[in-house]
Amino acid sequence: MSLVNFAAREITCKIVYYGPGRSGKTTNLQYIFGRVPESRRGRMVSLATHTDRTLFFDFLPLDLGSISGFATKFQLYTVPGQSYYASTRKLVLQGADGVVFVADSQARRLDDNLESLQDLQTNLLTQNIDIRQLPVVFQYNKQDLPGDLILSPPELDDALNFREVQSFSADALHGGGVFETLKGISELVLRRLAAAEPTA
Amino acid sequence: MTPPLNPYFRFDTMVVGAANRLAVTAARAVAETPGTVYNPLFVYARPGLGKTHLLMAIGHGAAAIDPSLDVHYLTLDHFIESFHAAIGSGQGEAYRKGFLDVGLLLVDDVQFLTGQRETQAELLRIIDGMQTAGRQIVLTSDRPPAEIEALDERLIRRFAGGLVIDIAAPDYETKVAILRRKAEERRAGLAPGVLEAVARLPIDNVRELVGALNRLVAHQAAGEQVGAEQVPGLLGVQASKREAEVASVPGQGKAADAEAPASAGDKEDLSSRSRAERPADEFGDFLSEISATLSQQIESWRGNVAAAILRWNGDGYRTGRLELLLEGELARDPEEALREFEADVRKLDALRAEVEAVAPSLAGSPLFRDPGDVAAAEALLEQAKEGADPPPAPSPLWRLDSLVESTGNRVAIQAAQAVIAQPAQKYNPLVLVGGSGVGKTHLLNGIGNALVANGLRTVACVSAEAFTGELIEAIDRDAVAQWRKRYRRVEAFLLDDVHLVAEKGRSQDELFLLFNQFLESGRQMVFTSAVALPQLAGVEPRLLTRLEGGLVAELPVPDREIRQRVIERILSEKVERPDPEVAAYLAGRPADSVRAVHGLVQRVLSAAEAQQAKLSAAFARSVLEASPPRPVRRAAPPRSSGLVAPGVGGARSREKMVWDWPDIGDRLIEEWR
Repeated sequence: MSLVNFAAREITCKIVYYGPGRSGKTTNLQYIFGRVPESRRGRMVSLATHTDRTLFFDFLPLDLGSISGFATKFQLYTVPGQSYYASTRKLVLQGADGVVFVADSQARRLDDNLESLQDLQTNLLTQNIDIRQLPVVFQYNKQDLPGDLILSPPELDDALNFREVQSFSADALHGGGVFETLKGISELVLRRLAAAEPTA
Repeated sequence: MTPPLNPYFRFDTMVVGAANRLAVTAARAVAETPGTVYNPLFVYARPGLGKTHLLMAIGHGAAAIDPSLDVHYLTLDHFIESFHAAIGSGQGEAYRKGFLDVGLLLVDDVQFLTGQRETQAELLRIIDGMQTAGRQIVLTSDRPPAEIEALDERLIRRFAGGLVIDIAAPDYETKVAILRRKAEERRAGLAPGVLEAVARLPIDNVRELVGALNRLVAHQAAGEQVGAEQVPGLLGVQASKREAEVASVPGQGKAADAEAPASAGDKEDLSSRSRAERPADEFGDFLSEISATLSQQIESWRGNVAAAILRWNGDGYRTGRLELLLEGELARDPEEALREFEADVRKLDALRAEVEAVAPSLAGSPLFRDPGDVAAAEALLEQAKEGADPPPAPSPLWRLDSLVESTGNRVAIQAAQAVIAQPAQKYNPLVLVGGSGVGKTHLLNGIGNALVANGLRTVACVSAEAFTGELIEAIDRDAVAQWRKRYRRVEAFLLDDVHLVAEKGRSQDELFLLFNQFLESGRQMVFTSAVALPQLAGVEPRLLTRLEGGLVAELPVPDREIRQRVIERILSEKVERPDPEVAAYLAGRPADSVRAVHGLVQRVLSAAEAQQAKLSAAFARSVLEASPPRPVRRAAPPRSSGLVAPGVGGARSREKMVWDWPDIGDRLIEEWR
């Protein structure tokens, strides 16, 4: 993983938002984009169809400035959730330092979530990455919907998060849980910098 | 395995203020004399005030004073975990006993003893055992012992029996000092007044304080103006939020506030939060946390490098390369640098082992301890293979000018001077012949030293015995070729006691080969022999004739003139204004070697000192000519019947012992009885 470039004194983290179509990945990025001072964000590249569905991917570069002498940059990507964009997802997933799995909390979307999760696992495996070795967090989005339509976070944990990684409830449209999720995955990714440390 | 001490957490990196002065003083006392002053030492403080730093500093301090001290650091979690593992494997007793070998036990976060009855009982036993054995225990907690819920009364009493001390929140001045140190470490050039403005904020947790600093540094790095007046604005929300958090959960455990990952069950229902509840500057908040995490990671790299430096230094390797890495700004991957360093150390070890086989005397070279210059070590190995391990040089103790010249040894000394002035020109080889103790070795080494002083770089001066010894060792190591090369490279070859090669065929062969090479290449050889060459038996004629082919100079038994001058010199060195008559008298005494002359003088001097007598000719005479100690009547040990008279308390009077048997038959009868 080329996370740290010591010669250039640069740290670059690539974080991919993964999940089924319409689960709110792009919404996450849009919310972040809206909260980042202009000086810190690059142009958000969003290749969307006329119906506002992500066609290719979203890309949001964040420049966090110099931290402890390292120019720190985050690159946030989303993948197109629709099942027919399989090769794009593979491409975007390449070189990811961490993955946010954005699940749709609606009960009727549970199968889509599971399918997407399996797809993530398969795509990582084709790149010889074991999902257990990669920083992954779950975001249960749309928790603002009426309770009878959605599954609660514990239910979603039971259904999806069997490895018991961190999970966050979110309402990406209004920003709830968006930065918490980003913080969660960023911490995990950054802690792997000193992975040689047995405690890390 | 216990977790290692963080190399950064030392006394010298701790900012001492009014709030922690007492605790630091007690900690220093404990580190200096573990097990004697405050045992156990119990330090408590709210999270983020430096308990762990202080605890580890005690460990570092004590280990620095006594490197043999066994220091164990562990958190209570670790203690519980390993205790359970030991119990599970039926090793509970062994686990407990293991602590009795620990010189200094540092236990962090004992507040988690709450409700752990078994662990409390175990800790009590360990504390009792260690205290009895005079071992030191230091514990930390986020609250005083009495406030740890359901803590065994006996443990509270044990803690109270030592010293229970707290660390308060830092005051303004201490906060400024901490911020200054951290800003310096981060090389953050903040505007004047900024640190003071941060210190004025209601943050009294050092970790929070450093987090606030990180955030300001991040803002500054992004090109934003960070002045004292902007500080409350930039940190205001966060500071007040943190303050509220601190106030709401006093004594919250470190494990909870330091380790970011929340458990799966620790989720907040953020979707129900209104937007107003979220921080106004979500990105700033995010940035601040990321900065803190990253700084922590970079510190941990530095910590790894520092630990490696300590380790390799301890093993005797030079660590300049790693120190350079710490001094700079980690301009390269520290893990990779450490791996490379370790690989170079392994390479050096291999080179050293190889050199040891070829030239053992070079194995101790500091070049094999410097991973920064493996090439030099490789070059040394190559040289060693080529025979660069220099043969023994002349001893600097023997100087030519300290040799007394007289008519007797003048020929030899003048020959030596000719050899020194024109090596290999006039007399090659020069063979010095003389009895034992006449000064052959002195003259030989003197010639060697003078040759070196005259510009010869390599002069071998070795005794024939050592020469043969080296040859045997080289044969043993199958390294005769290298051994030969050592001698063939030198510019002059001086061999003491050449008569000792008699009957040693292989040594003579080697000497013969060497001889021819030196002669052909015009290099000087000097030999000494205690036996006149014609009488030298057991030496091949081809070698003998070559030795005789140069100049054979005799060093005779010292005549009176030499003896007198040697005595005068010794006396002038040892006695103030020596009586010339003493020297004259001593010179008249018979002595067949300079060594014997030394012995005579020494005997008189010792007697004078023992009797505190004035050194005079008469005194010397009384010492040397007084009735000699009763001679032992038999040179050989007396034959006996096998019964040996005890040395003490037995028949000590000679009169009572029958020593001479007029009739051997009588003795046989006696023995038979």
